[in-house]
Formats: sequence, structure tokens, C-alpha cells
Amino acid sequence: MIKAILTNWSVRIGGLLSLIFVAGALISFVWTPFNVETLTIKEKLQTPNLTYWFGTDHFGRDIFSMVMVGARTSIAVAIVAVGIGILLGVPLGLAAAARRGGLLDELIMRTNDLIFAFPSLVIAILITAVFGPGAVNAIIAIGIFNVPVFARLSRGAALSLWARDFVMAAQVAGKSAARISAEHILPNILNLLIVQGTIQFSLGILAEAGLSYVGLGAQPPIPSWGRMLAESQTMISFAPHIAIFPGMAIALTVLGLNLMGDGLRDVFDPRLRRAR
Amino acid sequence: MLRFAFQRLISLTLSLIVASVVIFAVVEVIPGDPASYMLGLNVAEDTVAALREELGLNVSPFERYFTWITGMLVGDFGTSYTYRVPVAELIGDRLWISLPLTIYALVLSTLIAFPAGIIAAAKRGGAGDIGVMGFTQLGVAIPNFWFAMLLVIVFAINLRWFSAGGFPGWDEGFWLSVKSLTLPAIALALPQASILARVMRSSLLDTLDEDFIRTARAKGLSRRQALWRHALRNALIPVLTIIGLQFSFLMAGAIIIENVFFLPGLGRLIFQGITQRDLIVVESVVMILIFAVILVTFLVDLAYAWVDPRLRRR
Repeated sequence: MIKAILTNWSVRIGGLLSLIFVAGALISFVWTPFNVETLTIKEKLQTPNLTYWFGTDHFGRDIFSMVMVGARTSIAVAIVAVGIGILLGVPLGLAAAARRGGLLDELIMRTNDLIFAFPSLVIAILITAVFGPGAVNAIIAIGIFNVPVFARLSRGAALSLWARDFVMAAQVAGKSAARISAEHILPNILNLLIVQGTIQFSLGILAEAGLSYVGLGAQPPIPSWGRMLAESQTMISFAPHIAIFPGMAIALTVLGLNLMGDGLRDVFDPRLRRAR
Repeated sequence: MLRFAFQRLISLTLSLIVASVVIFAVVEVIPGDPASYMLGLNVAEDTVAALREELGLNVSPFERYFTWITGMLVGDFGTSYTYRVPVAELIGDRLWISLPLTIYALVLSTLIAFPAGIIAAAKRGGAGDIGVMGFTQLGVAIPNFWFAMLLVIVFAINLRWFSAGGFPGWDEGFWLSVKSLTLPAIALALPQASILARVMRSSLLDTLDEDFIRTARAKGLSRRQALWRHALRNALIPVLTIIGLQFSFLMAGAIIIENVFFLPGLGRLIFQGITQRDLIVVESVVMILIFAVILVTFLVDLAYAWVDPRLRRR
């Protein structure tokens, strides 16, 4: 399995792209080429050169360093939001499957349908607007919409497993539904969760960027890719480079994660390969 | 069919009720006193009291919710605190930008996605397929507001084909207005077109594997003829659902894109409401957007059941 993962080209390219940005985020904790909080006005709006690889912004800050530090915010927000989705959604989905057809199942799935029906971005904007902009509220706003995704996925996958012989054997052995879910169902749906996790991670990065862009994500002085784009907007006519690099960072990270998700899905479930 | 429509109508009403309760709770109950929130820090007690009186906040949240809901049913959304005009009027004006923009983007997305998906499926594994799939990967990865900025750099700043933002108003001429919505619509359409092209391709590939296509080929049709005459029509069902869903994404996406192009639509109105702490405007616009999305989902469900009778029985 590991060999199959490592030889898949989608996983290789996607993994490499994602790794570059995760590494950049981690390295930024100990080193960046320039301090992102130091303003050097006389160096402002430099186009990319040997000293400033991605150029500088209107305050003379190094854009390369800001992209590195911005990766932290995007990745952290997206990871925690996916974490919320998995931690709440998977147990709910497993519980619904264990009590399939029952009141609990009905309740969980109907609530999920309701959340699905709402345009997530609009609700995220509403939440961050009322509770104040910031990374934590952005995480909650994005995380809420991950819950039904994982609940539905785990319920669907668990349902088919409940009809399998090994689960029946566990039932005969006297294991409780909760124990069967944890010991037998969960390990068998892990692949699906990993693939979906990668996809939600990339969607989380896009959502965080969108919220920061409209000023509802991480607040200054914490750099974030979305806000860098928002700040660059009034300057794109004379300094387009300020807008190019943060946008490329978002696009390449999301591309990397999507490729990795696609590749992993192909490896885990080769039947799907042809259709996509 | 009537029973199915009735069931969907009940679920639509239920969704709307839940949505209104959630919005009301998030905006008016959880943050505490809306009047103090709207006025901000350092205001005199009597100013807050006056606003409370004006907004009718001196009654229980329960009563306020019912006043809000019953008002909306007859088209009365209350009066904007900052603009001092009925919110319904503000929304009505802006809807004439947001709605055409959403529809424009939906049309573009479909026009791009259909040929792309068909080419990819018809030439599976070939250069066209690989090209389309590569582009769609990029299309979903690029944030649309960044793509919008790139479009401005190329087509507005460098080539000067379009204006970088703003909206002349429909009175100034239809084509001029359509022109000013073109870049925003392209930016909105890109990710959706990519998703739609992929759905189109995989749905067509699935259909091409069906027995009736084999029969069609056996009776002498070429692969291309079988695709156009038999597969395409059958592959359209999942594509239709996605188009319906996309309306909701486009409507929400328009909120951000309107900000890139300074279009005075619902998106701008929401953000103005947020910065001016005009809660009445914010909750009404959010409710309208959700209503639009739920209504479209309902219509798609109906259209779907009409096209495919098997679904009515579910």
C-alpha cells in the first residue's frame, strides 16, 4: 500500500507542493529572510530581485517572508477546521449508522441536510461579522460546515460495513455498538476519511483566504494570504507583483492538496480511477 | 408528482424557518443587546435607550422574532439604521446587480463546461482529455477573487478592454452594464465551470459504459454518434443537479467578487452593513440569500423529478 502511494504521480506532485508550503510555514517559526513586522519604507514596492525574491509591499516588507508566515495562518485555520469536522462529524456519522433507521439517525441526518442547504460562505460571513473578525471565529465558521461532510461520509461507509460478516461476528461475540464502531468500523473507513480530509483541508484554505480577503479572517499584525491580496488590491495597477505571489501560494497549496487527495483515492479505491 | 412536490415544499418551509431562527439568534440574541452593538463604544445611556425604543427591542426576543418574520412575509424588512430607508428598497436595488451577475456566471460556466466535458469524455485518455483535466485542476485551486484580480491586471489595466470596476447602472445602456459584469462573471464562473466539466466528463463516461450504448454501437452507430444521440441526454441528470447547486455557490461567491469589482450588489450591501453595524440590513440580506438558494434547490428537485420519474418514488 505504501509503495502504491509513493509511486502514484498525483500523490508525488501534490505531496511535494503541499510539503513545500508546510515546510515554509514551519521554517518561518525559526527563520524568515526578513522580519515581517519591520517596516522599511525606503525599500517599498520593489519588484522581485536578488535581495527580495518576491519583491516588497507598500511598507517595504519582504513579500517572500510574508508568504512564509502567511502559510502558518492558512494551514493552522484549515487544519483545526478539518479537525472539528472529523472530531464531531465522524462520531455522529458512526452513531447514526449504528442506530440506522432510528430516531437518532433521522435527527442527525436531517440536521446535516439543513446545514448542507445553507450557503456556507454566507453563514461564515455572518458568524465572523457578529462575533468579531479573527482566526478563531474563522475556524469555527469553516469547521461547522465540515461536520455534516464527515458525518454523512462516515454514516454511508459504515452502513455497508454493518452488513458484513466480520461485524456480525463481533456482534455475536457480545461487543457493544460503540465498541464495534471504534474497533471494526473506524479502521475500515479510515482511507475514506483521509481522502476527504485532504479535500476539506484544501477547501478550508480557500475559505480562510476568502474570509481574510474581506477582512473577516486573521487580523493584523498576523500575516495571512487573503489579507495580503486585499491590501494589494489598490496597488495592482502599478505593483502587480504584490498580488501575484500570495495568490500563487494559495492556488499551489490547494492544487497540491487536491492532487494528493485524487492520488490517494486512486490508490485506495482503484475502481474509481477510470471515471475521474 | 404532486405528492413529491408537496413533500419538498414542506421541507423548503422547514429549512426557511430553521434558517430564520438561526439568523435571528446569531444576530440579535447571542451578541447581547443589538442597540449597544450598533452604536459601539462610548455612547450615552439615553442614546442606547432611544435606539432600543426605535428598533422595538423592549419586547421579548420571541415577540421580536415574530414581528420580523411576519414583516418579511409581507415584504417589510424594517428600516436600515444607517441609510434611513426601507431595507426592502435597498435589497431591491442591489438585487438587479447580484442576480444578473449570478445568472451570467451560471451561463458562462455551463457554456465552458459542456464542450470541455464532452471533449474530455469523447477523447478519453487523449491530449484533449489530459488538457481539460489539467485546466479543471487549476480551475478549482485558484481562488476566484485572485483570478478576478488577475483579470483586472490583464484586461482592464494592460489591454484596457474592460473597466476595472464599478457599475454604470442599467439605465445607462444594457450592453454597457453587461460589459461591466463580464470580468466579474468570468471570475465567478471559473471554479464552477471546472467542477461542472469534471461532472460532465465522468457522467458521460459512466453512461458510455451502459448496455444501451453497446446496443447502439452494435446496430452500427459510431462512438461519436452513440455519444451525441444516446449518451449525452442520459448523462445530463447528475449535471443538472450540479448546475442547481452551483447557483448557491455563485450567489455566495458573488459576495466576495462584488467587492473586488466595487459592484453595488448584495455582497457590498452586506459588508457595508457589517462595517456600519447595521444589523437589520445584515440579517435581511443573509435571509434573502438563503431564501434564494433554498428556492433554487427546491426548483431543481422538482425539475429533476419531472425529468426522471424514478426519483418521485423516493
